[in-house]
Amino acid sequence: MNAFVDPAGMSGHSGLARGEVLLRVDNVSLSFGGVKAITNISFDILKGEVRAIIGPNGAGKTSMLNVINGFYHPQEGTITWRGQVRRKMRPYEAASHGIARTFQNVALFKGMTTLDNIMTGRGLKMRKNFFWQCLHWGPALKEENEHRRKVEEIIDFLEIQAIRKTPVGRLPYGLQKRVELARALAMEPELLLLDEPMAGMNLEEKEDMSRFILDVNQQFGTTIALIEHDMGVVMDLSDRVVVLDYGRKIADGPPEEVQSNQNVIDAYLGVPHGN
Amino acid sequence: MAIFIETVLSGLMAGVMYALVALGFVLIFKASGIFNFAQGVMCLFAALTFAGIMEKTSVPWPIAFVLTVAVMVGVAWAVERFVLRHLVNQEPIILFMATIGLAYVLEGVGDIIWGSDVKVINIGLPSGAVDVLLDNFDIYLDKLEVFAALIAAVLVGFLAVFFQKTRIGRALRAVADDHQAALSVGISLQTIWVIVWSVAGFVALVAGIMWGAKSGVQFSLSLIALKALPVLILGGFTSIPGAIVGGLIIGVGEKLAEIYVGPMVGGAIENWFAYMLALAFLLFRPQGLFGEKIIERV
Amino acid sequence: MLYREAGQFKSSYAADQAIFPIAQDRWAVWAFLAVAFLVVPFFVNDYWTNAILLPLLIYGMAALGLNILVGYCGQISLGTGGFMAVGAYASYKLMTSFPELNMIVVVLLSGGITAAVGVMFGLPSLRIKGFYLAVATLAAQFFLVWLFNKVGWFYNYSATGQINAPDRFLFGFQLTGASAQPWVKYLFCLTLLTVFALIAKNLVRGRIGRNWMAIRDMDIAAELIGVRPLMTKLSAFAVSSFYIGMAGSLLFAVYLGAVEVGESFGINVSFLVLFMVIIGGLGSIVGSFMGAAFLVLMPILLKNFMVDGLGLMPVTAKHVEILLMGLLIIFFLIVEPHGLARLWQITKEKLRMWPFPY
Repeated sequence: MNAFVDPAGMSGHSGLARGEVLLRVDNVSLSFGGVKAITNISFDILKGEVRAIIGPNGAGKTSMLNVINGFYHPQEGTITWRGQVRRKMRPYEAASHGIARTFQNVALFKGMTTLDNIMTGRGLKMRKNFFWQCLHWGPALKEENEHRRKVEEIIDFLEIQAIRKTPVGRLPYGLQKRVELARALAMEPELLLLDEPMAGMNLEEKEDMSRFILDVNQQFGTTIALIEHDMGVVMDLSDRVVVLDYGRKIADGPPEEVQSNQNVIDAYLGVPHGN
Repeated sequence: MAIFIETVLSGLMAGVMYALVALGFVLIFKASGIFNFAQGVMCLFAALTFAGIMEKTSVPWPIAFVLTVAVMVGVAWAVERFVLRHLVNQEPIILFMATIGLAYVLEGVGDIIWGSDVKVINIGLPSGAVDVLLDNFDIYLDKLEVFAALIAAVLVGFLAVFFQKTRIGRALRAVADDHQAALSVGISLQTIWVIVWSVAGFVALVAGIMWGAKSGVQFSLSLIALKALPVLILGGFTSIPGAIVGGLIIGVGEKLAEIYVGPMVGGAIENWFAYMLALAFLLFRPQGLFGEKIIERV
Repeated sequence: MLYREAGQFKSSYAADQAIFPIAQDRWAVWAFLAVAFLVVPFFVNDYWTNAILLPLLIYGMAALGLNILVGYCGQISLGTGGFMAVGAYASYKLMTSFPELNMIVVVLLSGGITAAVGVMFGLPSLRIKGFYLAVATLAAQFFLVWLFNKVGWFYNYSATGQINAPDRFLFGFQLTGASAQPWVKYLFCLTLLTVFALIAKNLVRGRIGRNWMAIRDMDIAAELIGVRPLMTKLSAFAVSSFYIGMAGSLLFAVYLGAVEVGESFGINVSFLVLFMVIIGGLGSIVGSFMGAAFLVLMPILLKNFMVDGLGLMPVTAKHVEILLMGLLIIFFLIVEPHGLARLWQITKEKLRMWPFPY
């Protein structure tokens, strides 16, 4: 069903080497009716890096992520994925191309257990057909158990063993965020989009989450693009930062450089717009 | 040609009736986000009560009318007290199913109290053909239907003002958006719900009397009322003008289809045509004629 | 004290994912099945099969089907009656056109045909959600009933417009028709239901079931992690309609024997099955059966109590029954939205702790 997914390995499914361009956004504009959410933005994401997207509220960050994983379709501009210009696609196709995602407001499947939530993330990699699914025996059972093993690895990695069989609706917010990360990891993505992974967390939880993000990046070689408001976290984690304001790109570069950029300082400190 | 005009006219008039029922749905949906499946049965129940009171006590109809309004307010209170209050902030689908349960309760209560035999409503509403049209153009149009159309127009005007211009109207709209948020700014959900269900009960009574005067009060009334659902889909759940226009489209479409398409396929397509029309329409415009386009966010 | 899982360790993922991970449950289920298959058939008579057992099994099948769609995939449907009618008329046409066809094949094919019709009416579900979809399924309900009423081909142009099940035999025993033995009917329905309940359980605990629940709980997030909405929803419609079609087929061929579409498959049937699912428990296989059992048994008990006990008129008793049904629905939605299945689960949890609840 999904010819795009290479079941062989955790990382490097596209065969791109570290540092090559994984995804490039060229002159993308997006509007809803008369409201311009994104105006003429271009940037790229390199294989293996942690790329941060920052900006004040309403700058178009989440819209940008939505464009990348095919949930919104930009009116103008192109998106190049692994060196090929991407046609207009549905979100599940982007997922099958190896783009995973967590959400600003936790979007877990509330009626299911932690385990089932993460197993759902393996769905794209399971290919036993309807007939075997009915029997739940033989090859289907074998497949189910193989993926269960994989999921248990992720559960161990994120240290959520204790809540394996708990319905996620009952979990505290911080753990829900972690389960969401687990679900995204279960897809073994090449590019992982994190939308404010640390929103609403206390310091300790933020430190845990930062460690997980770095581990994912380093151990699995997963490329990460994240939106975050906590500047300390952004500066520590990311290799390069792109800054958006009012739907436009105002800066792009390594953290130190961006930090000292006058446009960025103006945007955050609130120099009046309307020039 | 006369047949065509007559069909369209009678369709329009039937449409007004559907719109009257649909209005009750829209009211409750707008003000509580609840899709009230029981609205149809509320029409039946109101009409039953009205006819029952007149039959058993032989009071003049205005008194019976007032008494029935009081009963409907009582129903609204009971619905709030025993159902809605316990379902605050539940998913819409749960509330929807609760209203299906409510439909059964009302039907059961109505039947137990007033019996299930067909009742006639005769309160001296105008009836018979509109003479001007019949004499000059040979078109038959029932006075009752014209009268119903007038009543509907008045009700709609009244409700539109109520919703847009009054403080209660604004509170209603707030509640529809988010129960908890409305509570937090000091709106009393309970009062609002009693008010809006009472108004919906009143609209149901008017619609029930009109339908009842036309074809007798019996169980099939609540099935006719179900046709208000496709009307809502056409018009959009939250739009009062939508309910009217949707009602007219369904009424006319149904009558035309029955006359011109029905004979080809065996007739009685009135039973499902409205639903199919709504279904086809949904595929092209999921938010309805007057509904707002929904932008999905994550 | 007897109901304990202490000492039962799981050493494989397969054991951890078993349907009944607790040994006592497994024994109870085997014992229940043994009684149902080996003991009950020797004692059933006409009254028991017709009044209780067959409706229970057949509505259990329908409720199971609807629960897959509503409880697991979150797509509400008010067209159950119409889809059951498709199953019934499909098996009528199959039985009369191919008299040699094995009854098992007839029932399965009827399910298949219903699945195809279900998918057709499920197509709009990609674009419309919630209440809108409910209204769309009402279109199916009214249209299908009208179709089977008006088009003579479906009822072989019989003068009454009814369809009657011809006599058919399975392994030499008469299964349909007036002189069929109660125990044959009972075992036939029981076997089908047991097999398909197991299949349903397998589906919902595997990839397909997880995708259904993902769509139910948060459709946008599901799509973003690679669940294809159309395929998933349509597969739910197909599987659900398959079960409902089989139920319709059994209701007509095995249980009623003669059917008039508006009467046996009207919108009230749609509501009845929906109520079974709600009262039993949305998203629970065993709940579907509990709900079916509850709504099949309740009217019988009520009727016995009110007509024979209190001496009410049967008509009034009917009205009281409608009223009670509505009250029960509201009661369950308020007190326990997850229905009898959740109550059962809570009881078991308590039992596990008993007599030391802390």
